[in-house]
Amino acid sequence: MLSNLNFRAGVLSVVILLFFLGVWQMATAPEVLMVQEEELSEYEMLTGGGGQRGSSGIPAPSEVISHAVSELSNPFYDAGPNDKGIGIQLGYSIYRVLLGFFLAALIAIPFGFVIGMSPLLNKAFDPFIQVLKPISPLAWMPLALFVIRDSNISAIFVIFICSIWPMLVNTAYGVASVRNDWLNVAKTHELSKVRTAFTVILPAAAPTILTGMRISIGIAWLVIVAAEMLVGGTGIGYYIWNQWNNLDLASVIFAIVMIGIIGFLLDLSLAQATKLVRYAD
Amino acid sequence: MPTKSLSDPFDANSDLRHDSACRHGHHGPGQCSCFDTADPNLERRMDNGEFATTEPHHAEHKAQDTLDEEALIDRAVESAVVRGMFGHNEINRRRFLQMLGGGTLAAALGSVMPLDKVKAAIKDGGPLEKTKLRIGFVPITCATPIIMAHPMGFYERYGLDVDVINTAGWAVARDMSLSGEYDASHMLSPMPLSMTLGTSSSSREHFIMPAIENINGQAITLHNKHKDKRDPKDWKGFRFAVPFEYSMHNFLLRYLVAEHGLDPDQDISIRVIPPPEMVANLRAENIDGYLAPDPFNQRAVWDEIGFIHMLTKEIWDGHPCCAFACSAAWAEEHPNTFGALFRSLIEATQYSSDIENRAEIAEAISPRAYLNQPQSVVEQVLTGRYADGLGEVKEDPHRIDFDPFPWHSMATWILTQMKRWGYVSRDFDYNQLAEDVFLASECAEVMTELGYEPPSDTYKNFEIMGKVFDYTDPEGYLDSFEIRRS
Repeated sequence: MLSNLNFRAGVLSVVILLFFLGVWQMATAPEVLMVQEEELSEYEMLTGGGGQRGSSGIPAPSEVISHAVSELSNPFYDAGPNDKGIGIQLGYSIYRVLLGFFLAALIAIPFGFVIGMSPLLNKAFDPFIQVLKPISPLAWMPLALFVIRDSNISAIFVIFICSIWPMLVNTAYGVASVRNDWLNVAKTHELSKVRTAFTVILPAAAPTILTGMRISIGIAWLVIVAAEMLVGGTGIGYYIWNQWNNLDLASVIFAIVMIGIIGFLLDLSLAQATKLVRYAD
Repeated sequence: MPTKSLSDPFDANSDLRHDSACRHGHHGPGQCSCFDTADPNLERRMDNGEFATTEPHHAEHKAQDTLDEEALIDRAVESAVVRGMFGHNEINRRRFLQMLGGGTLAAALGSVMPLDKVKAAIKDGGPLEKTKLRIGFVPITCATPIIMAHPMGFYERYGLDVDVINTAGWAVARDMSLSGEYDASHMLSPMPLSMTLGTSSSSREHFIMPAIENINGQAITLHNKHKDKRDPKDWKGFRFAVPFEYSMHNFLLRYLVAEHGLDPDQDISIRVIPPPEMVANLRAENIDGYLAPDPFNQRAVWDEIGFIHMLTKEIWDGHPCCAFACSAAWAEEHPNTFGALFRSLIEATQYSSDIENRAEIAEAISPRAYLNQPQSVVEQVLTGRYADGLGEVKEDPHRIDFDPFPWHSMATWILTQMKRWGYVSRDFDYNQLAEDVFLASECAEVMTELGYEPPSDTYKNFEIMGKVFDYTDPEGYLDSFEIRRS
């Protein structure tokens, strides 16, 4: 029954996709091609026959797909600092996201643990967290560039700063809301504070912590694209910016799809990790 | 190298004026007529100075004959610096030297300015301090010399291994240059001035502009719906875009509309938008037009969205546009590298200026690693044979042109406009700042060395929309405008 449902859902997904692509293809099809027997005049050559393309300027899906095939057939070519394959660009972005994200986890989780366990610290730090949390990560960019003086490290810093808050807040919340019964049991067993933290609180708070991490990586992936568009150089954000510079929308759409797929995979991996630490009461 | 006779700037009796005969280089060694042209009244008044007797004259004359090439360059730089210090006022310079003596001035000057390094920077030879360089460029045709020097091997010729880095915009180019990530960068010619003034960046740092990349090369593009509004007087209420505040684009657009009686701050609106977004905004009719670098004017025609209303060369033929700039500190730290880079870019610029080479250059710089544009669009811009969007094919080989010489008076003009529109309010010495940033004398040296013929002067008057800009009176020029913010 379940596999049957999965199968039917899969079929429906494909139908929806095909329908969507079909509508798109028809909407962007060039108006009836005027069959021109005579040769193009010089003026028409110089304007690239622009009038013959779809009037909206949006490429048809077939164009995007053929572009995707050519990009994906050689994803790791490297032709100098400004021209690298899509695989290398995605690699740069993933590397930055993971590095910034793990650095943030390294700080946010222990720190969140501490403020979760201490109501005093929790209250004391709360105003700072509340003020810093809503700042758009990209707002840090100019400051980061100025202080750090290195665009790559600045991008990683921006990922770090945007990843840290959801993990910090969720860890603190998860730790603070561990059931009192469990803590009392730990007390009756006369466990030390450190032992209580590792054997009782950590497992109990783990699902909440991982939820925080999942939110963080989602935000980080959103931010890296914008950051790379701003700074340029390498990464999927730069790729989009460079193609935008050429007003090449087929490449931009292809890159958008790639960003979606990678974001989905990153989220999926953390969802799997959440499953590992889930427990039943 | 043709030797120019130069007088000792630390000598109270020498004459360093531009128009004195020794600046023109027609005289061979030993024929310098500097001392003949010096004001005889001044000579007479100098009877109490230590250099005032006639004997040192002859000694100096003799020494002049034997100056070797290197010493000549040294002398040229010293001379430029000393002249700059006294605001090109010969009488002041001589009075000062009379009082203190040349040695004192030389020593005092040496203590505040690393003269040796600046001199070494334009000398050939010596090992390169750094061969691997990162140079930023914004992907527009103005950057042609910086870009084409890479695929066409001009950097290699001088032993440099350069990565040219595609940069997302001028603010990024500025920040990367300030942070030292870029050794040198493509910038808009007003940028090194504003950065040195500290008006457009978070920190103030002395930037130098050894050479201009391109002259002309911009255009005003309007949306196709405005085909009947060709008179700027009809532009009231228009929304325009320019790529950066501290740009010739902004200053030329403001100048143009103000000359037609519109106040650029009241009657039209001017926004800063990155060039590729200008085309998209034009399509969406968010803006009515833009004054922008190519290929985005041609691109609007290519995509049949807009038409080229006018080229900026019709406002000021030969106006400077983009430039090659680096921090003065970097040049002093890497004098030989700076010299090699300077030479390779002068050569690349000169090569680009030959219309015969333009089609080949268009092919070299159109791929994704550089401009990432359809080759036909780039070629139309560079060769000057282009579709104007109104149904005509036009031919103008000077649509974009390449001339490296950074006239000091260009900087003076830019500064008057920065002041005119309120981008900088404090007072400064126009020509002093122009000379600190635009390295016209050094550029002339390098051009001469490479066999090109630089202008014999570093200042000249320009004509902009029929109005003459007199560099000797920038404040008076500023006051002559009715529409201005200051």
